[in-house]
Amino acid sequence: MSTTKIIKYQLQDVFRSKWVWAYALFFFAVTEALFQFGGDGDRVITSMMNVVLLVIPLISIVLGAMYLYNSREYIELLLCQPVKRSSLFFGLFSGVTVPLSVAFTVGVAVPFLMRGSEIGSILFLVITGILLTVIFVAMAFGLALSFEDRIKGLGIALILWLFFTVIYDGIILLIIYSFSDYPLQQPVIILSMLNPVDLGRILLLLNYDISALMGFTGAVFQRFFGSLAGQSISITAMLLWLAIPFWLGRRAFLRRNF
Amino acid sequence: MITVKQLKKRFAKLEALKGVDVSFEPGEVTAVLGPNGAGKTTLIKSILGLVRPDSGIITFDGKELNGDYTYRERIGYMPQQARYPENLTVKEILEMIRDLRNYPEVQDEELITMFNLQSEMNKPFKTLSGGNKQKMSAVLAFLFCPDVLFLDEPTAGLDPIASSKLKDKIITEKKKGKTIILTSHIMSEIQELADKVVYLLEGNLHFVTTVDSLLDDTGQPNLERALASKLEGVAA
Repeated sequence: MSTTKIIKYQLQDVFRSKWVWAYALFFFAVTEALFQFGGDGDRVITSMMNVVLLVIPLISIVLGAMYLYNSREYIELLLCQPVKRSSLFFGLFSGVTVPLSVAFTVGVAVPFLMRGSEIGSILFLVITGILLTVIFVAMAFGLALSFEDRIKGLGIALILWLFFTVIYDGIILLIIYSFSDYPLQQPVIILSMLNPVDLGRILLLLNYDISALMGFTGAVFQRFFGSLAGQSISITAMLLWLAIPFWLGRRAFLRRNF
Repeated sequence: MITVKQLKKRFAKLEALKGVDVSFEPGEVTAVLGPNGAGKTTLIKSILGLVRPDSGIITFDGKELNGDYTYRERIGYMPQQARYPENLTVKEILEMIRDLRNYPEVQDEELITMFNLQSEMNKPFKTLSGGNKQKMSAVLAFLFCPDVLFLDEPTAGLDPIASSKLKDKIITEKKKGKTIILTSHIMSEIQELADKVVYLLEGNLHFVTTVDSLLDDTGQPNLERALASKLEGVAA
């Protein structure tokens, strides 16, 4: 009951901030530019994939953490009203994830729809983007609630982003290179499940069937599971990636001294 | 109205409250005083449910607090620094809090007119001056005619006119039988408003006394001097 009320006012506030519109405009501009430079729909999707996998985790984790740090006094005030803590947590969480997801979806979809593409063609790009948004905002909330010091919290957020988008792939490559004499399929599958960005990449690659760009983990995944099972497994693993940080963050929020 | 028994709270390194017993009665203004780090904020936040105490019992109107949040319907809180969603207007924020409280029938909008806030109603919160933010926060604390009022440095940042209007309002509400808990650094203000002084020191209750008897016992002309002479010899 009070959850929906909090979400309502939260959205009313956030949709008036400039950063939401800037975020939507960014995705619109990049997609539009890719079309202008002569790409057809499929090639634009392939390029957008890399933008989505890099930019969404970064913006979601940084904005999510900053948002929670900046809302500290507001959280205190609302907790002095007859409001449940769990309602407030869910309200704040939706207050970031919904605007970010809507801005991303609109920004990407408009250039495609203007050219008469069907919404189905970008469906998986949008789903992956939204899943990554929610996962990284959940991580950001967990961080912001665990570290009092905002500089520390934001620093760790950036390190996490760098880890999942860049360093992790390096580690996998290093393992593949060092143990090239051994069968590596299963360990690599397990390793890629432990990284939400890898999961997002696999999900997109399996769907758009761009095997040339698939990389080692993607190729292994497809050979091992086939497309459909691969997709279901990667979506399930991503949902776990969503549930665990969300649950940890919620638990910290319920126990916290404000 | 509110009783606190053997309240203890420890943060990582700091023992903020070491077993405090205190009570707040209707029709009284109680000032909670003490040096920085004495546990004032922790005590108030424990009653408000923002801080989870390690042990001890807090009762509100005879009922023990056990994680239920509905008792806050009867509390008005004016924080030292208020921050609301930046892009919402004053009107929308008032509407939000009314909505969260399920639109109580009896509402006290007197402070809106007293502070001339009508002209600020359609301005976004982030464009308000510090004083107007403080006024809005006072309006919200008194709006739902709560039985208990927590006022944390209520006059800080207010101009003298608004400040004296707010003090008048506090006295009016006290006479209506409200329980009022006040913190302030301005001793003359406490002398003017408070009936009782609760003095905390290093997480312990140092003393509780009425303002009048504090002045009588020490024979000093004002509260600041009286407190100073009472605390002489204690590292403050």
